[in-house]
Amino acid sequence: MFEIFGIPSQALFGQLLIGLINGSFYALLSLGLAVIFGMLNIINFAHGAQYMMGAFAAFFLLNFVGLNYWIALLVAPIMVGAFGVVIERLLLQRLYKLDHLYGLLLTFGLALIIEGLFRNYFGSSGLPYRVPAALQGGQNLGFMFLPNYRAWVIVASLTVCIVTWFVIERTKLGSYLRAATENPSLVRAFGINVPRMITLTYGFGVALAALAGVMAAPIYSVSPQMGSHLIIVVFAVVVIGGMGSILGAIVTGFGLGVIEGLTKVFFPEASNTVIFIIMAIVLLIRPAGLFGRRA
Amino acid sequence: MTTAATPMSVVTMPARSRSEVIAFAVMVALLLIAPVFIYPLFLMKALCFALFACAFNLLLGYVGLLSFGHALYFGWASYVSAYAAKVLGFNPEFAILAGALTAAVLGLVAGSLAIRRQGIYFAMITLALAQMMYFFAVQAPFTGGEDGIQSVPRGYLFGLIDLGQPLAMYGTVLVIFLGGFLAIYRIIHSPFGEVLKAIRENEPRAISLGYKTDRHKLIAFVLSATFAGLAGGTKAIVFQLASLTDVDWPMSGEVVLMALVGGLGTVFGPVVGAVIVVAMQNYLAQVGQWVLVIQGVIFVACVLLFRRGIVGELAARLRIKL
Amino acid sequence: MKRLLSTVAFAAVFAAGAAHAQVSDGVVKIGVMNDMSGTYADLAGPGSVVAAQMAVEDFGAAAKGLKVEIVGADHQNKPDVGSNVVRQWIDVDKVDVIVDVPTSSVALAVNEIVRQKNKVFLISGAAASNLTGDKCAPTTVHWTYDTWALANGTGNAIVKTGGKNWFFLTADYAFGHALERDTAAVVEKNGGKVLGKVRHPFPATDFSSFLLQAQSSKAQIIGLANAGADTTNAIKQAAEFGIVKGGQNLAALLIFLTDIKALGLETAQGLVFTEAWYWDMNDANREFAKKFAARNKGLYPSMVQAGVYSAVTHYLKAVAELKSDSDGAAVVTKMKSMPTDDKLFGKGTIRQDGRKIHPMYLFEVKKPSESKGPWDLYKVRATIPAEEAFRPLKDGACPLVKG
Repeated sequence: MFEIFGIPSQALFGQLLIGLINGSFYALLSLGLAVIFGMLNIINFAHGAQYMMGAFAAFFLLNFVGLNYWIALLVAPIMVGAFGVVIERLLLQRLYKLDHLYGLLLTFGLALIIEGLFRNYFGSSGLPYRVPAALQGGQNLGFMFLPNYRAWVIVASLTVCIVTWFVIERTKLGSYLRAATENPSLVRAFGINVPRMITLTYGFGVALAALAGVMAAPIYSVSPQMGSHLIIVVFAVVVIGGMGSILGAIVTGFGLGVIEGLTKVFFPEASNTVIFIIMAIVLLIRPAGLFGRRA
Repeated sequence: MTTAATPMSVVTMPARSRSEVIAFAVMVALLLIAPVFIYPLFLMKALCFALFACAFNLLLGYVGLLSFGHALYFGWASYVSAYAAKVLGFNPEFAILAGALTAAVLGLVAGSLAIRRQGIYFAMITLALAQMMYFFAVQAPFTGGEDGIQSVPRGYLFGLIDLGQPLAMYGTVLVIFLGGFLAIYRIIHSPFGEVLKAIRENEPRAISLGYKTDRHKLIAFVLSATFAGLAGGTKAIVFQLASLTDVDWPMSGEVVLMALVGGLGTVFGPVVGAVIVVAMQNYLAQVGQWVLVIQGVIFVACVLLFRRGIVGELAARLRIKL
Repeated sequence: MKRLLSTVAFAAVFAAGAAHAQVSDGVVKIGVMNDMSGTYADLAGPGSVVAAQMAVEDFGAAAKGLKVEIVGADHQNKPDVGSNVVRQWIDVDKVDVIVDVPTSSVALAVNEIVRQKNKVFLISGAAASNLTGDKCAPTTVHWTYDTWALANGTGNAIVKTGGKNWFFLTADYAFGHALERDTAAVVEKNGGKVLGKVRHPFPATDFSSFLLQAQSSKAQIIGLANAGADTTNAIKQAAEFGIVKGGQNLAALLIFLTDIKALGLETAQGLVFTEAWYWDMNDANREFAKKFAARNKGLYPSMVQAGVYSAVTHYLKAVAELKSDSDGAAVVTKMKSMPTDDKLFGKGTIRQDGRKIHPMYLFEVKKPSESKGPWDLYKVRATIPAEEAFRPLKDGACPLVKG
């Protein structure tokens, strides 16, 4: 066993892996934000609240409908995504001709409403959600004990990220999406229903947030405020990556998870702030973000 | 982006009018007699927030920059003022000034980072920087963490006037508020302010006219932060407390709400908005988290139906300037 | 003794202006302020209001000619909100006594206002031991528990039963530091050793990294110097990473009945911690708990809510004897001079520094197989006698204590 800066390498590997797990959540959430931003040019402040709704949906499906985790993984994002579709149709659609900042303000208001309602009904102590039976226990990797569920989180989120990237960057559907982002009126002239595409894109982005919420439920408590703290960190992730590219969002999400994980070992006091500090540095060096195209 | 979006402020106003002078006189008169009828502590809170909202409006309403992290300046100024008054034994006026000065420095640092990006990014960066400083406030020993800085002495203004007297304190807050208010008014109507408005309407054009817009934006940012700090420092002295609430992100959201409700880009809007939001919190304190829901609903309603805000709407209806 | 009491009472009347020898504005107004919707809503919250109401009913205030009113408010765990409410309560609504106030930061702020305005402050929910230390006030009684008692109870008991090597997981803010410091002192005094500590950000959702560090320290005991959701999250994740199965034990330094309930026995079993009260200790408690649960959405009383009941009972006794509630310091002096006795906390006393003295208990969370009902969660490991449960009077540096 060797040591790096006084930290045994075993512990270090463990921490890297854990960083990757947290990074999974950053990646999923910033991916959703990037997808929504690409299409709607709106920063979805309600993303954290929708993530929380995903966790709550899983909780309800299990405790009141009797649907287990695996079904929740599919059903909860669809439910919350449908909610997103309604929001887009009823509210966001009215704002496309205005300054984008109004979209930010509107979704901020939505986040307050959702969080407030959940707090009123469920308090904020947090509700328990058990790890699904198939994923209980863990593997002894030699350098650490890795709970099966956490391993699953990494695999699942990587898969979702890669599939999303593939669909948007490599398929026909994706090319329509990208074209509609660049020039909506031209795409419409080709007979494609752009408003519906926008609606579905928002629904999809929201569903990604909800999926992250379902995955988070067994690890963190299911509580109304679980999203609001996370979302600000994810904003910083998005600023660092630059929202221009899907891949950028994914890579930055995982990367910052790892960096944050390392900070927890070497300088735990700064682990809450490290992502913001990196953001400041990136802004100084590359204002457009690591993967951003200069607007 | 190729399609030009409607700028943030929707109020276009006729040239200078007497309406502002009259409104100002009415406001001062109301504030002078208010303590007879209304609990002075509530009034002082409203005034501090009114100044805070005016400072915020300077940035959003007149430069078109949405800062989602103004709690940073408000909150840190209140920490520094509280610390100066309690631990260093400053007189209240110097304590408040120290707070405002801190806010100016923080504004300079955060501003020079944030103005590197526009629009939504600007908002996210200011939010993230504010959150970073929030975490510092949680951990730093001098802020007292969760406890905050408590039992801050109100002290003697200029070493003479006992601010322990509610009316003396009220008078002081009133003077600070009016001073800040008039200063901001002056800035808006100066040639510098005209350039700011030009940047808000069309930044590339302002650049092509030879204005160094980045420098203008930064100055406006620092000014806004300083006045926010003035408000925060005053609040710390009034309430004898500086706490995490004032640096946390919901506070940043609240000030946006105040300006939005009252009317962005109006002189009196933020004041009206602040009074409404503070009153709402005060009288709805018993319904707990519903405050959050109500605030959210107001946000949504303002954005969808009521973008001019109360004062903006009023001004437009009456075709006057407010 | 009797003469002394009457002089005290006389002094009180005098201080308040001789004309006010009765209950101010005819009503004893009790303000229960706590977290009604946040993290501490279940362990205090609306349940504390219910507890205060039950205390007033059981006391038979109406029959004794006292008109008592109870108001409740939410301080949202923010000192500024709390101090605003209390100022307004006292200035405008004529509230005479403030009760409960979990979250030390808010309690410290309220403590100063109540001192200034000479009303009464009965603390049940807050933990900070400096409320009866350097911040002690002649108008304050700290009823249920404090950080010193928790650290002492848990630290002592665990070291004595062989848990010598400790590692602390500490929330990185004033409260966490204080809890860690107090416990570490107790551990070392008893011959234990602190192998290391890690400061986690507050609030934190992911503890895995810190837990791994704790794991590799090979300490027998991992002390959780944090509170609320941080504690429950840390416990959950410790179970996930197989920390307890690997032979290390967790010691929660501040945890409540409702937290254990939320965690579930499967996860929480074996956890050792200190509390002041548990509903299943005797018949009177059990009877109270059933009645309480019926009025509080089926939730059983926590020690904080029981403390509210007990404190309000004693306050009303003092006011009934004094026939006045207008001078806060006098009421508290009266409370200190009378021994406390109620059906939940039994007999006890209030010390000069405002510290209510009673035994504390070391509990262990039951295994799922041992539990007979949804609220059957604890078993008693040890009783810490009243005289050892709290910080010695001389160590608190309370200015009220002369000597």
